[in-house]
Amino acid sequence: MTVTLLDVRDLEVTYRTRAGDVPAVRGVSLQLDPGQTLGLAGESGCGKSTMAAAILRLLPPDTRTSGSVLLDGEDVLTMRPGRLRAVRWTEAAIVFQGAMHALNPVRRVGVQIAEAIHLHDKVTDEAADARVGELLEQVGLPARRAASYPHELSGGQRQRVMIAMALACSPRLLIADEPTTALDVMVQAQVLDLLAELRRELGLALLLITHDLSVLASTCERIAVMYAGRVVEEGPASAVFDEPAHPYTRALSEAFPTIGDRASRKAPHGLGGDPPDPRELPSGCAFHPRCPVAVPICPTTDVQLWPAGPARRAACVHVRDREPAAS
Amino acid sequence: MAQTSAPPAKDAELTGPAPSPRAIVRARRRRAAARAWAEYRRNRVGMVGLAILIVFIALAVLAPVLVPSSALDVTQATGVPFSPPSAEYPFGTDESGRSVLALTVWGSRVSLLVGFLATVISVLIGSVVGIVAGHFGRWTDSVLMRVTDWFLVIPFLPLAIVLATVLGPSLANIAFVIGITSWPGTARIVRAQALAVTARPYIERARALGAGDWHLITRHILPNVVPLIFANTVLIVAIAILSETTLAFLGLGDPLRVSWGSMLDAAFSHGAASIGAWWYLVPPGLAILLVVLAFTMCGQALEAVLNPRLRGR
Amino acid sequence: MATAAARSFGLTAANRRIGGKLVGAVLSLAFVLVFNFFLFRVLPGDPAKNLTRNRLVPAEQVQALRESFGLGKPLPQQFAGYVRDTLRGDLGISYKFRRPVSDVIAERIWPTVLLLGLSTVLSTIIGLFIGIRGAWRRGSTFDRGSLAVSLALYAMPEFWLGILLLIAFGVGVGPLPGLFPTGGISTPGTDMTSLAGVLDVARHLFLPCLTLTLAYLAEYALVMRSSLLDELGEDYLVTARAKGLRDALVLRRHAVPNALLPTTTLIFLNLGFVVSGAITIETVFSWPGLGLLSYEALRTPDYPVLQGVFLLFSAAVIVANVLADLLYPYLDPRVRTG
Repeated sequence: MTVTLLDVRDLEVTYRTRAGDVPAVRGVSLQLDPGQTLGLAGESGCGKSTMAAAILRLLPPDTRTSGSVLLDGEDVLTMRPGRLRAVRWTEAAIVFQGAMHALNPVRRVGVQIAEAIHLHDKVTDEAADARVGELLEQVGLPARRAASYPHELSGGQRQRVMIAMALACSPRLLIADEPTTALDVMVQAQVLDLLAELRRELGLALLLITHDLSVLASTCERIAVMYAGRVVEEGPASAVFDEPAHPYTRALSEAFPTIGDRASRKAPHGLGGDPPDPRELPSGCAFHPRCPVAVPICPTTDVQLWPAGPARRAACVHVRDREPAAS
Repeated sequence: MAQTSAPPAKDAELTGPAPSPRAIVRARRRRAAARAWAEYRRNRVGMVGLAILIVFIALAVLAPVLVPSSALDVTQATGVPFSPPSAEYPFGTDESGRSVLALTVWGSRVSLLVGFLATVISVLIGSVVGIVAGHFGRWTDSVLMRVTDWFLVIPFLPLAIVLATVLGPSLANIAFVIGITSWPGTARIVRAQALAVTARPYIERARALGAGDWHLITRHILPNVVPLIFANTVLIVAIAILSETTLAFLGLGDPLRVSWGSMLDAAFSHGAASIGAWWYLVPPGLAILLVVLAFTMCGQALEAVLNPRLRGR
Repeated sequence: MATAAARSFGLTAANRRIGGKLVGAVLSLAFVLVFNFFLFRVLPGDPAKNLTRNRLVPAEQVQALRESFGLGKPLPQQFAGYVRDTLRGDLGISYKFRRPVSDVIAERIWPTVLLLGLSTVLSTIIGLFIGIRGAWRRGSTFDRGSLAVSLALYAMPEFWLGILLLIAFGVGVGPLPGLFPTGGISTPGTDMTSLAGVLDVARHLFLPCLTLTLAYLAEYALVMRSSLLDELGEDYLVTARAKGLRDALVLRRHAVPNALLPTTTLIFLNLGFVVSGAITIETVFSWPGLGLLSYEALRTPDYPVLQGVFLLFSAAVIVANVLADLLYPYLDPRVRTG
């Protein structure tokens, strides 16, 4: 029986600001086994990036966190600082979005990757440099790129450097926070292929976070959809994408036209309205103001993730009240 | 979401015949200014600075009412020279027996006046140079920037001393000297903004419609530049007042007028330091400190209002 | 096409940039000379008469003096002569001292170098440290306190601070005696090269140096704090923490070096402020350097000395800025071309 690699239980994250408390994550639970992929989807502001940062306790100082994040059985949120620093990057590593600002602009990328190696291992400079070369080649970049500065690389190359850096200490879990946003489509595809390949070669578990549902459909085994700080649907990727159970998931998948399907191109569906302000959340189901199939009990029901099929759950009253049909 | 439309009574202009574009723009600007003021009011530092400034400006304006000008007359001085603070002379006396309090109150007029005058000159030159350089670009820009850089690099005091010595001691000359040595700061800021605005697509469209440079500058660039200039101006006044103090201390001010700087010059030259006559030295210096601090606080508050990124610093 | 031509001359982009900066510096210096020259021509009165004001000098000598200034010749020739003389080191004759300006300046330059050098070094180290600590612990008592003190120091005339320190520690207040001398560079009669002499100079140096250090460090602290606060919001610092780097090292290895870049630029841009401080403080403490010389010169008024000092100070600041410009790409790779 494999030990769950990542076990997030009831995670809550609240930012303390001058204007009051802002709940970014309101009780999220996820599990990821070694070698599995889980995609986390949702609009900006739904709390998915906060989740990513929370897993390695990288949130700014004025945040309140509760719940537990078990990485290989150990709770990250209660670790001593020394243990936390040792665990970071060696157990789980994170690849940030917007690699232009995620890399130190005045240091060569090779030095930055080597820094990660030196932090966790006593190796000679030559050994570290050799490993840097290996890592770069693993992500499809020539080893001599180690001497470049971030501004000398293209967006796609910088993203690869970030991935190479993340792999430096052979972590078992890779968290990719919007790795393909701000890249053009061709480069996006290359980066996703790279991630899939690395997964296969290294047996990495992958938590892929993005707002683009179609990206997750092709790369991940399971998908969880977040809205207003909570998971509203989760299940096998193909099932969630092809037959969404939650109205929000449906709206998300319809917002992206399917290439080759003329009908979807002619009638793209947007979702009206804006994501709710975390300080003034709607009562009951947070999605009900924008929901096309909302019913009168939505604002008053405390929605939870109810079963919606084999290994699927969704937080919608329609799912709860549906006859358990053979799917 | 919160209501954002103003109550109908305020928009009377919109209930009559269709308002001209100019009226709409003016109304919009007025609302923006009101919002900015509301934002400024929330800034504690800015309000404290403003309060201090109001006190000092009131002091300067009301000086003739508060203290008779005869108190400045050396021939009418009745106090014992260099006597420490007492009931009769709360700030003590100077080397001629005049009340230091009276001198400090009257000194505010010159210090503030020269400061403001110098700032007006500085901001005027700086804005014109900045707008012309940023809008017309290329050769004009290169040449003007060369000149600006020269004034930026050259150390202020040696230049000011040389100019002031040549021009002679008078308030206008001092204001002029300070003004023409401090305009580069404004010029750079204004130029950056003028460049940005000129590069915007609607400028190109306006030009296609036949808009001349004058129209573009007055209707498009100037409104975008004025808030920046305003925040910058407040900080320049602080520097100008410090500069006037320094020049007056070195003896380059108007010998017939009392300013805080000239008080420090007189005090030091007549040996207040060796006697230990701190009462003669502390009030003018403290006054300068407070006024400059106040302007700096207002300037920072203004910058925070204009640039939300800086709030909370 | 121009770039191809330039390249054929072996001018790489980097060399072109260096060349551009040097040309700019030369232009600035040239403009200082032009400025000085025309100012001299604008001066009231006849320079020869000014020089011989208080002496009984036969008319032929005054005329000879006038000719030595070249006042009879056409303007371009005068200017050429002026430039030639300046480049040779001949800065004219001081009205007050009746000696070559270059000699007078040479005598007074080392005390200024000593005072300014020590003050700038101390104020930079202390100021940057305070700024860094303040930004790192933003909102703490240290930060709020140092911010208030820095703003106050920045807002006050530095010579006022000097006079107050002079009274407090030089003259003595009330029952407390003065601990330090009230002026000059050394007690008369002391051999400055002996150990006792050096200590004596140090005692005299203490108060002026303290004043300038306090005055300068305020600005450095404020600028550094501001730059570091900007830098602390950057994403790459989160990456560094994610890699397992200790917070102190994130600050020292990543945030501070990057924040020093705009700080250095701003500090060099304000070098004129350093020079201005020297003039007023040397006056307060009778420190026999170029600053005190400027004060004495403007009292006379001794125009040749004023112009000579102006030229020297300007040249120093221009050269310092050019050096900073040339060295900056070595610190910030984003600015390097080619």
